[in-house]
Amino acid sequence: MKKKSIWVFGDYRNYYQNRVTLQLIARAVDLAREISAEVCAVVVGHDLEEWIWEYTSHGADRILAIDHPTLTSYSTEHYLILMERLVRERDPEIILIGATDFGREFAPRLAKRLKTGLSADCVGLDITPDGLLVQTAPSFGGNMLAEIVTEHHRPQMATVRPGTFREIPHDNTRTSVVERLPLPAHLPAPRVRLVEYERAAQKEHTIENATVMVCGGRGMGNKKNFKKLDELARLLDGDVGATRPVVFSGWAGHDALVGQAGKHIKPKILFSFGISGAIQHTAGLGEADFIVAINKNPQATMMKMADVAVVADAGDWLNHLIRELKKRIRE
Amino acid sequence: MVTELPWDEETGTLRRDLAAGMMNPACKHAMEAALQLREKYGASITAITMGPPAAEEVLREALAMGADRAVLICDALLAGSDTYATSSILARAIQKEIPGCDLILCGAYTSDSETAQVGPQLAEELQVPSAAYAEHLEISGRTLRVRRLVDNFRETLEMECPALITVSMERYDPRYASFAGLNDAFAQTEISVLNAEALGITAAEREAYGSRTRVRRVFVRSAQKRNVVITGAAANAAAEFLDKYQRKISAVIGKSIETKKQAQT
Repeated sequence: MKKKSIWVFGDYRNYYQNRVTLQLIARAVDLAREISAEVCAVVVGHDLEEWIWEYTSHGADRILAIDHPTLTSYSTEHYLILMERLVRERDPEIILIGATDFGREFAPRLAKRLKTGLSADCVGLDITPDGLLVQTAPSFGGNMLAEIVTEHHRPQMATVRPGTFREIPHDNTRTSVVERLPLPAHLPAPRVRLVEYERAAQKEHTIENATVMVCGGRGMGNKKNFKKLDELARLLDGDVGATRPVVFSGWAGHDALVGQAGKHIKPKILFSFGISGAIQHTAGLGEADFIVAINKNPQATMMKMADVAVVADAGDWLNHLIRELKKRIRE
Repeated sequence: MVTELPWDEETGTLRRDLAAGMMNPACKHAMEAALQLREKYGASITAITMGPPAAEEVLREALAMGADRAVLICDALLAGSDTYATSSILARAIQKEIPGCDLILCGAYTSDSETAQVGPQLAEELQVPSAAYAEHLEISGRTLRVRRLVDNFRETLEMECPALITVSMERYDPRYASFAGLNDAFAQTEISVLNAEALGITAAEREAYGSRTRVRRVFVRSAQKRNVVITGAAANAAAEFLDKYQRKISAVIGKSIETKKQAQT
């Protein structure tokens, strides 16, 4: 029987910020062990030697490379044609794709062409005892996780959020089987023409890309207390967010509104002061790695969602936290 | 919208009906883009969605914003469809109800990230050129020009209509529906409702239109969180919190947070 294969799509744009391909190779190595498969990285583009070497030294067993000047810039359509063809020829068991902007557009279209299932933006991948890929993905605004399986169609496909898995350290003694494949003779011209492109200027800072968020709700009591959140945000190099009642009360501007009607945030650390956790707000919270909720009511939804739930008056605790932090932070 | 587990034990699917009453923010941006294109180039706008009867409210909202007509695909047989099935069914409905349409706009993201796949999959199903995350659209003749930001690259793309575009939330800030619009939306415009039979989806086609994925289990995210509870006097609780977590915070913000000797005594 042919050896099973887990494929990782080589997404190398913004390489030094975007490590998702390496992270997926690392996870694929774990999964491959459970289903006795090999890990294959597929890379399409031009001047690929650097990526072939990188994917090999980070754990891939096999590299499928299509290297051609025609493929110099990313083209979703060309990549779709080439991937569909490769998949049909070789029948991989699983395909993992990074949930970059590119991946989120490319993967659904590839899955559709292959008439198979796809789960988006996974935060976990596991193998069941009978060898199925369990794709754990956020559902309902990120408050819940769903375990998804593709039972009857192959390949099983998932996009995975960057940062979910940890790459295997670089080891340049590793080797892989590198297959350099030719560009098919009759690659049709893409229907979508890339007229021009340029690297964007550094993304302007908004709360949507803040690393630390300090959010406040009605539980802050009044505008004066709410304004103290600015000081905590300043100490932690973070930004202040607000719930809808707070914005309606004029304690914060609309720019600070976090939730369904406002901004979607995905901080590494989220402080949630006096917020009950209505869905209109929590729908705007991505998967914060570390949530600290402060509320008088230990039963509040936000307290249940938190890593650390502090049962206290939000305004009062904020004052103490600021005082303690000022003692401890070395600027 | 939902606050409790919207998980239907009997059918093993997500209870999307509980979340169906509001238009997705991203779809509002798509709707706004459609309205601006109509103002500039002239067009007729059809809003289309698939969902339980409550999804009619989303269409009323679209009509209030200015859509000319609305189509609801609603059938218990189609409940629990994944994005693969949804895009197949939507494509069938578009071909039947809006034949010859020039441009299909969808939201580029949703709070429920899964459904952001429907746009690109619909493009495949309709076999039209497509681009995601559009921030600006222009039409000259049959050519559509799209500006977008993807993975930190600014791209300008061109394609011929008909095409499918998903609209970013960075631009095309949605207008508010006027009261007059709301009144009209509820009083005047009929919403066409289609079921599977009306779309001509037969039992034999169930495989072609069927879902590829199955949700095994849904659980509250916080179940994964450790949910440490800190109580007690606020002053001590703040110090206790920092004693436990200052290293973690320090690592994220790249500033040293340390307990000074005198602070401990």
